[in-house]
Amino acid sequence: MFHQILFIIFGAVCIAGAINLLVQRHPINSALSLVVVMGSLALIYLLLGAEFVAAVQVIVYAGAIMVLFVFTIMLLNAGAEERTRGSRIALLVGGPGVVVLVGMISWTIFTNDKQFGMVRIGSMVTSTDNTHGIANLLFRDFLLPFEITSVLVLIAIMGAVVLAGRRR
Amino acid sequence: MVPLSWYLVLSAILFCLGVSAFLLKRNIITIFMSIELMLNAVNLSFVAFSNYWSQQTGKVLLNGQIFVFFVMVVAAAEAAVGLAIIIAVFRTRETLNVDRVNLLKL
Repeated sequence: MFHQILFIIFGAVCIAGAINLLVQRHPINSALSLVVVMGSLALIYLLLGAEFVAAVQVIVYAGAIMVLFVFTIMLLNAGAEERTRGSRIALLVGGPGVVVLVGMISWTIFTNDKQFGMVRIGSMVTSTDNTHGIANLLFRDFLLPFEITSVLVLIAIMGAVVLAGRRR
Repeated sequence: MVPLSWYLVLSAILFCLGVSAFLLKRNIITIFMSIELMLNAVNLSFVAFSNYWSQQTGKVLLNGQIFVFFVMVVAAAEAAVGLAIIIAVFRTRETLNVDRVNLLKL
């Protein structure tokens, strides 16, 4: 019961933040509502027993990536977006299309509901803690992908410097 | 006790809101933020399935959370490169509106 109430509160905050991202016209308001979505998603991860992912979500997403976004908005002095003809057509066609998409996905999930179980709070069947288990997997079974992501991040750094650096 | 399907439906709603923001918004930075929203929605279903799988088998199976970790790394790299591209576009075109970036249009 307690778990359900927490899930409903944080899920409602998530959806409200995402809708606010959609309706706000100024990008800084959208960025701040995306921070709200990411923060409440971190709390939902805690409900699912994923402490490490929740901490990384707050540090990397709500911290680093959103600071990068806000910095870019400030740097480019982005104002409120203007309406154009293309966006009105997208509103007319895309709005109902997205509602239909949500309905179809939810219908598919709820008709197969019996195959899915329940999720209980603190239910990870554990002797070791979450971070320990993730470290074991990450540095043993997934060592090669982990090393490859370090190369990816290095290439991303070089690409960002080359793209945004000063013109000669 | 929350059914797994609630988490999946929440994830689907967030994903579809991200899709609609991607289609409706005209500001290139907001479009980029809606991509991050979609990645977050997928992460939620990964974590929920990880929890579900651990319960079904009775063992600690955290592969879903490892996938979330990799998605976060890719998202961070993507944000760095994408925002650099946005700055480069703004330098040449002096606008953030995607309708004005139409050099390849006939």
